[in-house]
Amino acid sequence: MKKIKQLFAGVTFASLGLQSAQADYTLNLMQGVTTVSHDIFDLHMLILWVCVFIGIAVFGTMFYSMYHHRKSKGHKAANFHENTTVEIIWTIIPTLILVAMAIPATKTMLELDNVQNSDMSIKVTGKQWYWDYEYLGTGVHFESHLDAVSEKVHRDGSDPTRVPHYLLNVDNPLVVPVGKKIRFVFTAADVIHSWWVPDLGWKKDANPGFINEAWTQVDKPGTYRGQCTELCGRDHGFMPIVVIAMEQADYDKWLQTTLAKQNEKPDLSDQNRQQLMTNGEAVYLKNCVACHQIDGKGINGTYPALSGSAKVTGGIDPLIGFLQAGTSRMPAFAKLKDNELAAVITYIRNAPELGNKVGDEIQPKAITPVYDDDE
Amino acid sequence: MNRVENDEKNKKYLNGSRIDCVCYDDLRYGGFASDFTMNNEVAVKNKKLVRNLAIVAVAMFGFGYALVPLYDVLCEWKWIERDRPDAIKAIPETAYEIDVNRNIKIEFLTTLNENTPMIFRAEQTQITVHPGEYHTVNFYAENKTDKPMIARAIPSFSPALTSTYFEKVECFCFSEQTFAPHEGKTMPMRFVINPALPYDYQTITLSYTFFDNTQNAVKK
Amino acid sequence: MSAVTAEHAHDDHHDDHAHGPEKGWLRWIVTTNHKDIGTMYLLFALAMFFVGGAMAMIIRAELFEPGLQFVDPQFFNSMTTMHALVMVFGAVMPAFVGLANWMIPMMIGAPDMALPRMNNMSFWMLVAGILLIASTLFMEGGAPAGGWTLYPPLVLQTGKALPFAIFAVHLLGVSSIMGAINIIATILNMRAPAMTLMKMPLFVWTWLITGFLLIAIMPVFAGSVTMLLTDKFFHTSFFDAAGGGDPVLYQHIFWFFGHPEVYVMILPTFGVASTIIPVFARKPLFGYSSMVYATAAIAFLSFIVWAHHMFTVGLPIAGELYFMYATMLIAIPTGVKVFNWTATMWKGSMTFETPMLFSIAFVVLFTLGGFTGLMMSIAPVDFQYHDTYFIVAHFHYTLVPASVFILMAAGYYWMPKWTGHMYNEKIGQLHFWLSAISVNILFFPQHFLGLAGMPRRIPDYAIQFADWNMISSIGGFIFGASQLLFLWIVIDTIKGGTGEKVSDEVWEDAHKHGLEWTLPSPVPYHTFSTPPTVIPCDHD
Repeated sequence: MKKIKQLFAGVTFASLGLQSAQADYTLNLMQGVTTVSHDIFDLHMLILWVCVFIGIAVFGTMFYSMYHHRKSKGHKAANFHENTTVEIIWTIIPTLILVAMAIPATKTMLELDNVQNSDMSIKVTGKQWYWDYEYLGTGVHFESHLDAVSEKVHRDGSDPTRVPHYLLNVDNPLVVPVGKKIRFVFTAADVIHSWWVPDLGWKKDANPGFINEAWTQVDKPGTYRGQCTELCGRDHGFMPIVVIAMEQADYDKWLQTTLAKQNEKPDLSDQNRQQLMTNGEAVYLKNCVACHQIDGKGINGTYPALSGSAKVTGGIDPLIGFLQAGTSRMPAFAKLKDNELAAVITYIRNAPELGNKVGDEIQPKAITPVYDDDE
Repeated sequence: MNRVENDEKNKKYLNGSRIDCVCYDDLRYGGFASDFTMNNEVAVKNKKLVRNLAIVAVAMFGFGYALVPLYDVLCEWKWIERDRPDAIKAIPETAYEIDVNRNIKIEFLTTLNENTPMIFRAEQTQITVHPGEYHTVNFYAENKTDKPMIARAIPSFSPALTSTYFEKVECFCFSEQTFAPHEGKTMPMRFVINPALPYDYQTITLSYTFFDNTQNAVKK
Repeated sequence: MSAVTAEHAHDDHHDDHAHGPEKGWLRWIVTTNHKDIGTMYLLFALAMFFVGGAMAMIIRAELFEPGLQFVDPQFFNSMTTMHALVMVFGAVMPAFVGLANWMIPMMIGAPDMALPRMNNMSFWMLVAGILLIASTLFMEGGAPAGGWTLYPPLVLQTGKALPFAIFAVHLLGVSSIMGAINIIATILNMRAPAMTLMKMPLFVWTWLITGFLLIAIMPVFAGSVTMLLTDKFFHTSFFDAAGGGDPVLYQHIFWFFGHPEVYVMILPTFGVASTIIPVFARKPLFGYSSMVYATAAIAFLSFIVWAHHMFTVGLPIAGELYFMYATMLIAIPTGVKVFNWTATMWKGSMTFETPMLFSIAFVVLFTLGGFTGLMMSIAPVDFQYHDTYFIVAHFHYTLVPASVFILMAAGYYWMPKWTGHMYNEKIGQLHFWLSAISVNILFFPQHFLGLAGMPRRIPDYAIQFADWNMISSIGGFIFGASQLLFLWIVIDTIKGGTGEKVSDEVWEDAHKHGLEWTLPSPVPYHTFSTPPTVIPCDHD
């Protein structure tokens, strides 16, 4: 019943051109928050109106003809089948319209291409299935994953309608200052991804082994959301982008805090079971769940199950080494800190939702590195 | 109903109709066939046409492959602007006149493909140079596994056009690198910006992505 | 009608061709008769239309509301990939080849296709190819899930299915090339003497051009997937950056094939529309020769615009601008076509039987798809539209209410000629109205979704996309169910339809528009054993 009501509301609101109560969707392209995105929006509206105008003329003629030139109305068919003048006219007029369109389009294209003279650069790396941001020259470098709530809800099948910004929220957003020309450099570490924030007006592909560039200058502080738009495998739909634009002063503060937090030594002291399991679940949701799934059952024939796996429930040291070095099919998780490794190992060996129950706790100190993690 | 009757019927249909373009071609009649099956002439024509079209199809298959070197040519011709790693060669050191009035910012990016267990970084991530001036930047790479590793660094430039003006005298990207277990290497890259670099460019980004080629190299 | 016996009497020297069909099921395996093969192509395409449609239903069911309800994301990706492959290579292309088989010899006054044995072989290779590609659904690691464009490096992550899918593409390619060669040979060498090139019906013209397109592009596609195969198993590095290749190169090669490929599906559509509309407007086609030139122009342009599928891939500015301008040019010949159809209807004496209804809906809805195509040709705006539901809406408008609607129109238009029975006009019109309304409920909201920021090929979406997705899914379910009416009509018509005896011309004065209407209904097994000397042509 609720669904039917929603649907009815949707249809009604749509037909009235009003906003639905359920969500703030839009019918048209968003204008965005940069000069270029406004130019693009204007181009979009221009070409849209050109199409509407031509459409009215052509369909109008056609429907007039269908109404008046019917056999049932007794209309006798004429016998003409060509008219050179008319044919020349309807070849030339569209050509002129196209030329008129090409001029502003070229201007905007050149503007988009002008990446030089930027104030700062950010390297964006697409990975299966998250984004990796590096603020060039500052040392700030972090990963941006789908937020834990969306991650959990889309996997365990609970109701997503109450999740704020479902699938459009991340743990670590990309923060940029307003009023600065920011240059983005894109690459990927596995397959092709594409970085799109509609409010910035463009998307750009991230190709493995190659770099692409694009730029933006956000005028208005705010939070802008987007998604990966190039099919990149199983979790393509689950690697959103969040950009927060701040005033320069706030941005500077953010940069410092982030840098400080990043350089903190991980806390390697002992934790109780509860802490280990909670932290472990967070690490699992971020790094493991995409392949091994929320129930640890994996995907038959593609990704092995963790539930009841001898590798998981067997010896600790081989497991640690395996996680750190990876194999040809399993990526190396050298990036995980000792405390994160300890937590996730405890979690995969003991989580009831994964169906494992070894009954031990692995402390950060127990992580004997296969190689030294500290560079 | 025979041919004559059939033609008569059609003529009757078509004559005097609005759409009265009746095509009646006595001259060519019989040039094709006097009965319904293909005569020899048509069969020969068919065979020839099929042969020619099959040749076209095979040639187009070849054309698909020809697009590969063609793409490289276009890249060099600066139209598609990609730097094919195989095409990179060391350029002999030449003395350029140093243009002290221009400052070019060079950024060095490092990426590891597929979370390859390596450390890879540039020792300077950003330097400012004058065109014509030689510089050496060190990159550090380390194999973090206890197995030997063969890896290849693939360069990419942005803006891609600048790659032509970025002349490398010495680079670890010219060939595959072999790392012993846990071996760390400092690898120099010596370069110069050709002063012919157009004035439009103030920033050049050079990105290296390390690909673990161990498996391929072993199988080869 | 005594044509059959009359022809028997007439063909005295070549009795190997004079006999009727083989008895029993063997007829369908060994047949070299263009009508039998055409029927098999059409029925196979119809079956695949339902298979691909079922996949679309799975996709729309999963997208009915936010959250993951029915399928796993990987399977969802397999569904979008397989839906596209089955619809393109299993349904739309074979359906047009089927129409070509049935109609081209009858339209040009030829007794059969030029190469009847090759004709049989290309059909059975098609079946083998489609079965092979369908079998990947049951393989370890699942069917290909990297999209129908098979972009590396993603497609190289496919499980066991990859080499099978690639071999299937090879089979489909060879089948298409053989079909195209056959059609070209038939058109160029088998025409009745009076049938000069510029008197051919437009369906024949569009297929002649399509045939050349196919011969030019299918080998390139075969080459690109072969490179994928050697990259994966034989350590070549065409597309692997690690060995000096470039994944973007694949996209260039693919779209060199891919863009003409979409015209392979639309050019014959233009041909059928130009054949049907004049009959029901009772007026000759407007601008015949400009239609021919426009078709040729579109085909030519299709080879030089491929990178408009790649505006966001990081092309240099010169490339972006060139491909933008070239793409915009396509609007001109396409516009000419639409204007010509409108002018054909103008001052006609129209009636609106089912084939005409579908054809008019085609003109209107294809034009809508053309408009969004024009919008996307503007490269900077495409930076927003690219890879969103906007483009999903665009190409579905040019494929479903365009190509598929015209295939339906063709079915209704020629079915009485093929079977000798009239289809049920009431049910036909019901089928039309249900399809025409639901197809818009299905695809029109997808424009809004794309503009609002929904990427394509995602199994789950943010809440603000929920309303339009639900509406779109409902449209999809209605559209899917309506097609069962078509299935019913096809079966019913074959079995006898309304029981009404159809005349030779079936549609009022249709014989003035095409040679096929001068033949008896149902069409005898062999036709035009003697080339006709008098041909109708509604233009000069």
